[in-house]
Amino acid sequence: MSVLVWVEHDGATVKDATLSAVTAAAKLGDVVLLVAGEGVNGAAEAAAKIAGVTKVLVADDAALAHALAENVAPLIVTLMADHDAFLVPATTNGKNIAPRVAALLDVMQISDILSVESADTFTRPIYAGNAIATVQSKDAKKVISVRGTAFEKAATEGGSATIEPVSGATDAGVSSYVGSEIATSERPELTSAKIIVSGGRALQNGENFHAIIEPLADKLGAGVGASRAAVDAGYVPNDYQVGQTGKIVAPEVYIAVGISGAIQHLAGMKDSKTIIAINKDEDAPIFQVADIGLVGDLFKVVPELTSKL
Amino acid sequence: MKVLVPVKRVLDYNVKPRVKADGTGIDLANVKMSMNPFDEIAVEEAIRLKEKGVVTEIVVVSIGEPKAQDTLRTALAMGADRAILVTSDTKVEPLGVAKLLKAIADEEQPGMVILGKQAIDDDNNQTGQMLAALTGWGQGTFASKVEVEGDFVTVTREVDGGAETEKLKLPAIVTTDLRLNEPRYASLPNIMKAKSKPLATKTAADFGVDVSPRLTTLKVVEPAKRSAGIKVADVDELVGKLKAMGVAK
Repeated sequence: MSVLVWVEHDGATVKDATLSAVTAAAKLGDVVLLVAGEGVNGAAEAAAKIAGVTKVLVADDAALAHALAENVAPLIVTLMADHDAFLVPATTNGKNIAPRVAALLDVMQISDILSVESADTFTRPIYAGNAIATVQSKDAKKVISVRGTAFEKAATEGGSATIEPVSGATDAGVSSYVGSEIATSERPELTSAKIIVSGGRALQNGENFHAIIEPLADKLGAGVGASRAAVDAGYVPNDYQVGQTGKIVAPEVYIAVGISGAIQHLAGMKDSKTIIAINKDEDAPIFQVADIGLVGDLFKVVPELTSKL
Repeated sequence: MKVLVPVKRVLDYNVKPRVKADGTGIDLANVKMSMNPFDEIAVEEAIRLKEKGVVTEIVVVSIGEPKAQDTLRTALAMGADRAILVTSDTKVEPLGVAKLLKAIADEEQPGMVILGKQAIDDDNNQTGQMLAALTGWGQGTFASKVEVEGDFVTVTREVDGGAETEKLKLPAIVTTDLRLNEPRYASLPNIMKAKSKPLATKTAADFGVDVSPRLTTLKVVEPAKRSAGIKVADVDELVGKLKAMGVAK
């Protein structure tokens, strides 16, 4: 079986979530990567070094810049003549592109897989991860998005795949990129951080969030996350959100501060190795999943914790 | 401009799903069902565009069991103008839903289709993108802001790193994210009024679309449970634990 994986990249490097998709792809067959974009030589070279990859297809075209699904999907559909499965990491870009490819191929996509059981059978979470379904696909070709936290990351060194240019990209003429506001931070990205400190509504406002959560995160070299309630209340921007509809994370240590633990939040972090909860309500549901709980007023205990580390 | 808004009837957001003992799915007997929260946001956005004078008619569509009629009535009570119910005996997957919506879009010729980005039952996050593929229209997924100007819609999207803005030619597909708006509650007079708004009922077969499922669910199980751990008495004990784990020095 030949498996095509869409690579998420920034032009120069390959994003971590792609490495998990490569591991999932390798369970199905030979792994071929597609690096699409404009000015992507660096990313293509990085992709060719990923362990277990046989070939890297490079589509360098202005129409493919910014990963516009309307322009990327038709190219992938053409390439799929030579492949049996198409995989993307379940990132916002991957989720945007894959169903467009699936519908054009007349295939029912399998979203957010957690495991590969066989060539046509996979497990995936439903109901915010409150249930795990095992699904079997009847489609001749498979289109799959891969949950990053469910698969080990493929090694970024050790591979020596051949690089092959592909052409045929066109601008569908229905969409254009206007701009973006991408937060830049010195802190580790949430989806790859080893430690995450997350804050909830109990922080009361954005100033408190910055003053309480961030010093602790910086002391630990941790990424900073938030519950939906904290994001909706405007304490922090949307890219901080951990949960069913935000980011899915599974760090070594997840420290939940002032987060009650709604099922939608737990859906995004309950696969963390160790969960530490700090909350003044000892009946908060977060304590039911926490390995270590501290009942206390976050405004007292978090600064104390930061100072003692 | 006419806007089409598909809505789905799902297990209520606040109800904890229970896996059936025989492992065939989630127990939906005698539990509260509601409109998918992302679809409520889609209905609300259509109503706001109508209030701004951009949209002239809002048509809501639901595909599923006859009881989805309740969900359509809720949308009508919020402010949609008319409804189409497409009933199906079998569960229709996103690909089948997208094909039915394509057939309806061919008939209705909407300027925009606004959908929820995902349904909170199957968590697929596919239908809007699939409909965009079948219509060949642009797709503004995970929208946090929608602005219609002339023949274009500018959509600000919630992406992993922050926000991204795209400009799409109309007609176009928009899928909603959580922070696009806060849906209104239907008032009692509007709930009464909604009962007399037009609701057409059709079947999947009426559209000549093959919606037979491509995926077979072999089993549904509960995820591995995390057991509650220990409680520490104070910060010093927590610091000790962190040091023992090698997280702190």
